[in-house]
Order: sequence, then structure tokens, then C-alpha cells
Amino acid sequence: MELRHKNLLGIEDLSPEEISLILETASSMKEVSSRDIKKVPTLRGKTVINLFFEPSTRTRTSFEIAGKRLSADVINISSSSSSVVKGETLEDTGKNLQAMNPDLIVVRHPSPGAPHILARTLNASIINAGDGAHEHPTQALLDAYTIQEKKGKLQGLTVTIVGDITHSRVARSNIFLLKKMGAIVRVSGPRTMVPPFIESLGVTYVPELREAIRDTDVIMMLRIQLERQNQSFFPSIREYARCFGLSLPMLEHARKDVVIMHPGPVNRGVELSPEVLNAPYTIILDQVANGVAVRMALMYLLIGR
Amino acid sequence: MKLLIRNGRVIDPATGIDAVCDVLIEGGTIRAVEPEIRLPDMSKARLVDATGCIVTPGLIDMHTHLREPGHEYKETIASGSRAAAAGGFTSIVCMANTQPVNDSAAVTRFICERARTTACVNVYPVGAITVGLRGETLTEMGDMKEAGIVAVSDDGVTVADAGVMRRGIEYARTFDLPVICHCEDRTLSRNGVMHEGLTSVRLGLRGIPAAAEEIMVARDILLAGLTGHPVHIAHVSTAGSVHLIRDAKARGIPVTAETAPHYFTLTDEAVLGFNTDAKVNPPLRTAADVTAVREGLRDGTLDVIASDHAPHSSLEKDLEFDNAAFGMIGLETTLALTLALVRENVLTMAQALEKLTVNPARILRLPKGVLTPGAAADITIFDPQQPWTVDRNRFFSKSKNSPLHGLQVAGTVRHTLVAGTVVFPFAT
Amino acid sequence: MGKVMATRKVIMDRDDIDRTLNRIAHELWERNRGAEQFVFIGIRRRGVTIAHRLSKKLREFERVSIPVGALDITLYRDDLSEIASQPVLKKTEIPWPLNGKKVYLCDDVVYTGRTVRAALDSIHDLGRPEAIRLIVLIDRGHRELPIEPNYTGKYIATTKQELIEVMLEEDDGIDQVVLVQGL
Repeated sequence: MELRHKNLLGIEDLSPEEISLILETASSMKEVSSRDIKKVPTLRGKTVINLFFEPSTRTRTSFEIAGKRLSADVINISSSSSSVVKGETLEDTGKNLQAMNPDLIVVRHPSPGAPHILARTLNASIINAGDGAHEHPTQALLDAYTIQEKKGKLQGLTVTIVGDITHSRVARSNIFLLKKMGAIVRVSGPRTMVPPFIESLGVTYVPELREAIRDTDVIMMLRIQLERQNQSFFPSIREYARCFGLSLPMLEHARKDVVIMHPGPVNRGVELSPEVLNAPYTIILDQVANGVAVRMALMYLLIGR
Repeated sequence: MKLLIRNGRVIDPATGIDAVCDVLIEGGTIRAVEPEIRLPDMSKARLVDATGCIVTPGLIDMHTHLREPGHEYKETIASGSRAAAAGGFTSIVCMANTQPVNDSAAVTRFICERARTTACVNVYPVGAITVGLRGETLTEMGDMKEAGIVAVSDDGVTVADAGVMRRGIEYARTFDLPVICHCEDRTLSRNGVMHEGLTSVRLGLRGIPAAAEEIMVARDILLAGLTGHPVHIAHVSTAGSVHLIRDAKARGIPVTAETAPHYFTLTDEAVLGFNTDAKVNPPLRTAADVTAVREGLRDGTLDVIASDHAPHSSLEKDLEFDNAAFGMIGLETTLALTLALVRENVLTMAQALEKLTVNPARILRLPKGVLTPGAAADITIFDPQQPWTVDRNRFFSKSKNSPLHGLQVAGTVRHTLVAGTVVFPFAT
Repeated sequence: MGKVMATRKVIMDRDDIDRTLNRIAHELWERNRGAEQFVFIGIRRRGVTIAHRLSKKLREFERVSIPVGALDITLYRDDLSEIASQPVLKKTEIPWPLNGKKVYLCDDVVYTGRTVRAALDSIHDLGRPEAIRLIVLIDRGHRELPIEPNYTGKYIATTKQELIEVMLEEDDGIDQVVLVQGL
């Protein structure tokens, strides 16, 4: 089967079958990354533009490597060096780029819906690399791939997502994906950062972390933005780390075979204590490796023909 | 020159008339409203055939933004009045959040002069409660009243300080000026761009909780009680607000209220896809709120339907949802959406027309909204059944920001008369 | 004019295929007697099946164990935009180094030669074999590139309007080669 989409703007637009296709394709792509010559000619002659209006080294590098391993020409544009600073609208920026005929634009932007504006305006395929608090579909896909790699499946697993759910595009995309693939999802975190309507998405809110991680297969920790302390979302980092961070004592309440994930970058000592961060069941580096494979798979499925 | 409107169903909510009648107009005034008027010399009169149509006092929109002075590229008093006439309105009320703000008699006089020379319908300005809409010092309401304002409001923003608002209401009472309240607690709505609910959670957009409106509705109701001066709550959007107003009226507190057509027609799901034309303040709410607003109209809790016509150009709307301006136009679609309530048996035709004629006239103390002999010949003639599709490219407004584009509706304006002159259809 | 129905003609049956593969296996061994360093690489999907069968036959006849790898050439195709639907990407599984080895590349049918070209590109990205030889079950002609198999099961003259269908028990439930005419 095919991915019958021009763009990947969000997990909400994908069916479970399409998600499975992407994950299966990522498997083959992972093999390419293990070769001596980490390159296949599949996207030779295609132009891929990374258009990042928010700083990001790791995601952008991941997309860049993915494109280059498929032999595409990858160009990076970050907002500080683009005409956005001069007051050009997103739509005009898009049209200017379109004039140079790119095949794929990967866009990260602080406003929800920004990739949708580009998708409406441009012929190029658009991948959403994060639009404000809305979605970060490639993160959810690589998280799903990693879970499947470690646990063999997604359906019927229990996944606990902890942290600032309200402001997290990683949380949203993961919730959509895990629900579509039949997993059971719990969320935890201070009530100020878990929206009251979250249960309508089919997840359970468990305020106490030790209860939330009991009998769960996967714990996904979200990065906390430390500035939110000043906006009255939580009183102090100390309290946040004590109540909602993972430490060895806290993990006593979880199963021995639990795996711990984090989209990165990690606030050491806040979301994860250094001991937990370095433990074998914390699979953050696997997530990063799989990120390249998943992004290669998406690029291939969207523009590889 | 006599003008005779023949054979229309005349509905005048003020007097309770609902019958097929003719209306005779001369010298800008209504002379007679009777069945089958016969004139001695029919050839001397202009005849308007209203068969199959409803003939009503000229509709009044008591909440519009005409953007002049300051943002004439979005709308002018002239273009807004054309949009009004096309929508069947003979009188419109324009809010003070222009640039400069209408917070002095000088600006009021400017608006009145522009209206007199360029508008094809009656235009009544509202003055600000506080200078610059900053919520700190009161405006010269006495001077502005003399210059022509019909009410005061800081609409666009709320007077955040209850103490200042109390003084504003009391001072307005001195000059018998109605006070129109935009109810929004900014500390709760801060940074919000749509209703806080399931849709905002799905879209990752910051939400404005219903409580942001309700807290200020409650406050302004209490201030009405405290000052003894009636307040008029603008653009009611939530079930909680309707509840508060209903309760206040039952307890005898002088409060009136209005809602806009989008609050009884659309829900927050109109935002899906990041449609900036659906970005409005107060935001579109849930289906339960829509039901409550409709019920509020039905049982009289909400007295008025007003468009809150808020024109914006592509510069303000073709942006990321977070950055787009709030507001949608409505002068040309208000009647059709109101008629939908009649078709759906939420209101009778007379009740619906009441919300657009005698009620706003009474609240603003305007000698309008009635179809009795001696009154000014402001008349709207419309076909309640004729279907049409909303087309943004055919609006007479300068701006096109309506989320209703493509919607199938029914009810078209045939003629709009102001002081006995046919202002719509436009002379080509 | 009525529409002509496509006709299917069985060119090879189970016994024919088995006999052909036996012949190829014997030929192979004769020319490579004693060469330890050779491997089979099948081009997915049915090339892999053929490679496994050849390896099995060599184990039966000569008691040697020749490893089999699987090659997915989808990422190397130059005709992705021409095929009707996007092929499903399967993994390449070649778990040993290729340097210094003699590779026997297996496929069910050689036609234009483009699949083989893609396979050669792919193999060279994986390592540097000492030599590559091509084994095909069916050669149907109409080459667009200068590529010729070293071992051919059967040559079948076809026109460009005809189709060769190779079915193998492990993949399709039956051993059969069919010529489809009149499309």
C-alpha cells in the first residue's frame, strides 16, 4: 500500500494502516544506517528544505542526515537568517521558496497551523517538524518505532506520559498515535499542565506519579520548560522534580521491565535523575537513532517516486 | 413623491401587527399602514411590490465596527453603510475602538459628519467609557453626547478595574447614556485564541475559558444593581452568561443583553483546520453554549441580535492562527442566520424581528424600529424563503473575513428604505 | 471489435522448474569446484526463493553449505515513477562482509536488465565482492542495458505486450511459469 498524502501535518491525519506502513518502511531504512556506505540513491536530485523558525539542533540534524542518506540535496534555513525577521509573512516566505521548486519542506514553527498554511500555498510536500503545541508527528512515529522495537507491539501496551501535557506537541501526537494503535494511555503531571478535557481524547489522568507508573510498560517523560515556573504553572523546580521527576526510589513503584523515554533534551535532575538517565532501561539514544530511520521512511514515502 | 409598498406581510413587533398590508410613504415619513391602500392618482406614486415578502421596520444593528477613522483599508463608514443596506439594516451603531478612539467630541463630530456625507443608512456612534480605552480616566461623556453619541462602551476591551467601571456607569447615568459592556477578564483570557475546550486541546491552541466572560458578566450585573443604571451586555456567548442574565432579570436588576449570529450558529469546531475567519472574541463556543444562547433568545433573556461586524483584511487574517486578528464581518448575513432560527422554530418571525428592531431601538432610546404612521420611513422588505449561498466575493463590505463562505442560507433583502428613499438595491 | 481475452499458457510446470534448477546447481558446482568463498544473493522476492533452493540442492548433492542473502533493490530503482503502485520496502539482509567473495546474484526473470543494474549498484554500496555472476530462471529478452546472465534456466521469446509470471510454492503456493498473452 501507499501513503496517499501529499503532506504529513499531523498524526490525526493518518490511519493505523498508514502508521504501520511508515514503521515497516523505517525498519528497512534502519539497515541503511548500519552500512559502511550510508547512502542509497533513492532521492537523488530531490531538493529538501529544512525551514526552522524555532531553534533545534537535534531534530534538524536528524532530518538533514535522513535526507542526505537518501541522496537528496538538503538545505537548512533558520528563521534568524530568513526574511521573516524583515516582516515577511509565512505565506510569502513559502511562495518565495516555491519559486525555487523544492520537493519537500520540513517546517518547524512556534504557531499551531503554520505548516497547514504552507501546505495550502505550496506544491511541495510538507512535513510538520513541530507547530507550537499542536503536533510533532515524526517524534510520535519514532517513539512508536522504538516502543515496538523494545516491546514487540503497540496494541494493548500501557504507556504513561508525564509532564506539561498542555503545552506539549510531543504529548499530543503520541496520544493520537498510541490511541490509534490500540495502546492504553495514562497522563500524569500537575493539574495546571494537564488540560481538563484531556480525558475526551481517551486517556486517563493519574495525578500521583507513583500510581501513574504502576504496572505500565513505557514511561514517556516530557521536557519541562523552566520558564513556566514564572507563569504560575508550578511553584518551583525542586517541587516539580520531587513530585513528577523519575528517580531510582520513584521507579521502585514501576515494573522491572519498564522502559523510559524522553524526546530530549533532558533537564538533568528534573525530569530524570542522572542515575535513571544512564540506566539501561532508558532508551533515549535508541529514540535518536530511530529518528533518522523514521524520517528517511517518511521522505521516501512522500517524495520517493 | 409618494411611495406605496403593496401586498407585503407587514410585521411590526412594536405594535403586534402581522398582516398583509400596504404601506404609504411620503416626505420620508410613514403615512398609512392599511390593507389595500387606494390612492386618488396611482400614477403619481412609486409602487414597490412586496408580494411574498415581509415588510418590517428598518432593521437596527446595534453593534458594528466601521474602522473609520484610522483603518479605512478594512472598512469605511461609507462601505460599512452599503454592507448594512444590503443586509437590510437602516440604522447601525458603530463602536468607539477606532484610531483615534472615539473618546472626545472632536472624533464623534468627525464620525457624524462622515456619516452625514457618505453613509446611505443612519449611523449612530458609541463613545468610549475611558480615554483611549485604557480603563483609567473617564471620557467627556456630556460633550460627546452633545456631539451625537447614543451610548458609551469600551467594546474591544473591558474596563478591568471595577472601581473605574462603577464610576463610568454612574457618570453615564448623569447623561442618561446607555452603557454597553464587553465582558472579558483579561487575566483569564490572556494569550487565548479560541474557546478552551476539547477542540483547543486537540489543536494545541491556547484557550479562553467561558469563565473569562462570565466573571465580568457577573461583575457588571452587580454594578448595575449598585448604580441603579441599566447595563447592556454585548456579544453573549456562553451558557453561564445566559444563566446569569436570566437570573439577574428575574431579580429585577436592570440589565439587557445581545448576542451575535455566530454564537447561535457556529461552534468552536469551525476553527478546525486553523480557519482564521473563525477566530473571534468572545470565541465560538460549544454546542451546549449554542443551545443555551438560542434558549436565551427564545425566552427573552437575550433582547437583541447584533452582528458585531468586525472587518479585517488579508493583512490581519492570512497569518498563523496565533497571530491573526479577532473578528468576523456579519452585516450581510445576520438576517439570513436569524431567519434560520425562525425556520427551526426557535423563534417566531415576530420574536426574531423584535430582536432587530424595537428592542435595540428601546435600549438606545432611538426613535426607530417601529412601523407606525408618523414614524420615519425606515423600512426593510425581504423574502424570507429565497435560498442563496454565502459568497465572500460578493460582499459589499470592503473586507471578506467571514467563516460562512459557501454556506447555504435563505432570506434575501429586496429593498431597504431610509427616510422613504430606496437605498438598496444600489442605483447603478 | 470485441475485446480479446488474455490467455495464460503454462510454459514450465513443477517438474520442469525442478529439473532446470538441478541443472543450474550442477553447472555451478562444476565451474566453481573448491571455491569456498561464494555466496548467493537473491533479489527480493522470488530471487531469494530461487537462491535458497539452489543452496539446498548444493547441500544435498555436494554436502556444502553456501549462505544466502536477500537484497531489496527498491531504493535503487530508476523507474519508481513508472510503476503503478509504490512497492513495499522490505529489508536487505546480507549479514556477512562482501569483500573478496564471489557473489551469485539470483532472480526469477531478466527482462530489461534494470533490476540487475539496481542490484549491482546496491551490492557495490555494501562492499566490494571479487566477482558477481548472474543466475536467472527465465530470460525473456528485450534488454535495455548490456547485461547478460551467466546461468539461464530457460530462454522464452516474448513480445513487450506479453507478461511472464513466475510462481513458486514458497511464495505463491504453486510451482509454475506462465506466459500471459493478449493483454
